[in-house]
Amino acid sequence: MVRFENVGLRYGLGPEILRDLSFLIPAHSFQFLTGPSGAGKTSLLRLLFLSLRPTRGLVNLFGQDVSLLGKDQVANMRQKIGIVLQDFRLLDHMTTYENVALPFRVMGREESSYRREVIDLLRWVGLGERMDALPPILSGGEKQRAAIARAVISRPQLLLADEPTGSVDPTLGRRLLRLFIELNRLGTAVIIATHDITLMDQYEARRMVLHQGRLHIYE
Amino acid sequence: MSRAGDEHGPLVDLGTERPQVPARARNMSPIVPRASISGRALVAVVAIMTFLASITTGTVLLVSASAAEWQSEVASEITMQVRPQTGRDLERDVTAAAEAMRTQPGIVQVKPFTKDESARLLEPWLGSGLSIDQLPVPRVIVARVQPGSTLDLAVLRSRVTQVAPSASVDDHRAWIERMRSMTGATVFAGIGILVLVIAATIISVSFATRGAMAANRPIVEVLHFVGAGDRYIANHFLRHFLRLGLEGGVIGGGAAMLGFGFSESIAAWFSGTPVGDQFAALLGTFSLPPSGYLALAVQAVAIAAITAWASRRTLFATLDDID
Repeated sequence: MVRFENVGLRYGLGPEILRDLSFLIPAHSFQFLTGPSGAGKTSLLRLLFLSLRPTRGLVNLFGQDVSLLGKDQVANMRQKIGIVLQDFRLLDHMTTYENVALPFRVMGREESSYRREVIDLLRWVGLGERMDALPPILSGGEKQRAAIARAVISRPQLLLADEPTGSVDPTLGRRLLRLFIELNRLGTAVIIATHDITLMDQYEARRMVLHQGRLHIYE
Repeated sequence: MSRAGDEHGPLVDLGTERPQVPARARNMSPIVPRASISGRALVAVVAIMTFLASITTGTVLLVSASAAEWQSEVASEITMQVRPQTGRDLERDVTAAAEAMRTQPGIVQVKPFTKDESARLLEPWLGSGLSIDQLPVPRVIVARVQPGSTLDLAVLRSRVTQVAPSASVDDHRAWIERMRSMTGATVFAGIGILVLVIAATIISVSFATRGAMAANRPIVEVLHFVGAGDRYIANHFLRHFLRLGLEGGVIGGGAAMLGFGFSESIAAWFSGTPVGDQFAALLGTFSLPPSGYLALAVQAVAIAAITAWASRRTLFATLDDID
C-alpha cells in the first residue's frame, strides 16, 4: 500500500531531518511510529499525507508514484487517507456533527445517507451530547475525539494519527485505541505516531522507531 | 475511497436506541462562513463601479442618438446665400437662383427668405425697427433635399452661379463632419471610462478575494485534509463573490436606471433656464429608449460576471500557494 525507497527530507537549505527511509506499509497492517520529540514523526506523517514532497527518493502510495500526481489526483488520494493532527484542525463555524460529517460532504453524499453513521460514531467517542456544540466551547479532549471521528468516519484505507491520545485520560485513551483496532479489523492500515509507551504496550503491533532521522523497524 | 455502506456495515453500531441529531447540528453551515468575507465594502465598490459604468453608457447612448438626429436633419437641408453686388438686382438674382435650384433633381422644396424675413433673422443682433435697406445684407434660400438622394453639388453650384454670380451654396458638410467627430470623441471617451471602471473593479475584487482567502486559510487547509479538490473549494468561495457581485450590480445599475427614468422630470424642472436648454440641445429629450435600459441591465450582469471571473482567477492562484 505504501512504499518508501531511500527517501530523504530537508526543509529549505537546512540539514536532512529524514534520511534514507525505506519501508513498506502493507494493507490491513497496524503500526506505531515512535521516537523522541523532534525525531521527524510529524514530517513523516506529512510525507505520507502528501502535504510534503520528499527531497529525494521514491514515495509510492496505493501503487502510484506521488511525484507524478497532479493536484486533482492528490485530492482524490487524500480521500483514501484519514489524518488526525496534534492541533485537531476543526472548523470553528461548524458544529461537532458537521465537522465529523465533512469528509462525506466533500464527497458529495446526501446527509440522509450518512447521518446514522455520524451519530453512532459521535456516541462511541463520547460526544453524543456535544453534537451541536461548536469547537471553541469543546475541551481539548473533546476536540481530539472529534478530530479522530472525522478522520475515521469515511473508513479510509490508510489512517495516520499524530499523538491521538495526547489530550485524553487513560480510560478514554484505551477506548480510542479500540476504535483504531476496530477500524484496522475492517481493513484500514493504521499508523499511530506516539511516544506514549503505555498506549503501545496495550496492543501488540509493529513499531517503527525514528531516531536521528533514520528509521528502525521492530516487527 | 470510502467504503461506508458496503458489506461491513457501519464502523460502530449502537443499536436502535440513539438520540436524534439536534436540529442546529444538522443545519449544515456553509463551508465558507459568509461573515468571514468582508462583503459590504465589496458590494459598495461594485455598486459604485456599475453606477459609473451605467451613467457613462447611458450618456453615450443619448449623445449618439441626438447626434444622429441632428445629422439627419442638417444633411437633408442645403442653404444658399446671395450677396448684394454693385450693378446687380438682388431680388432678380434671388428669384433666378431659387428657380435654378428648383429644377435641380433631388431638391423637393425651395424657400427663399424675403427681405422682411431676413431682417427678422438679424433682429437678435441689430434690434427691431432698423431699416436694413441701406445695409448690404445677403439673402438666404433654404432647400430641402429628398432623403436618400445624392445631390450633385458641383452641377448645382455652376448652374446657380451662372444666373447669380454672387451666390454661394452650403451643404453643411463641415458641420456634419464636426458633429461626427464630436460624437466619435464622446463614444471613445465613454469606452475609455468603461475600460478604467472594469479594470478598477477587477483590481478591487482581486484584493477582496485575496483578503478573504487569507482570512479563511485554516478552512482551506482543512478542506484539503479531507480530500477536497481546488475546484470544490473555489466553487464555495465563488458563490459568495458572485452573490456580492450581483448585489452590487443590481444596486449600481438600478440606481442609474432610476436616474435615467427620472431624468425627464428633472429636465422639465430646469427647462427654460440656460443650463436646461444647453443640456436639451446636447442630449435631446433626455430619455433612454427601452433598448438603452436593456443595455444597462446587460452591463450590470456583465460586471457581476467580471467580479466572479476575477475572483475565480485569484482563488485558483491563491489555492496553488496554500497547497
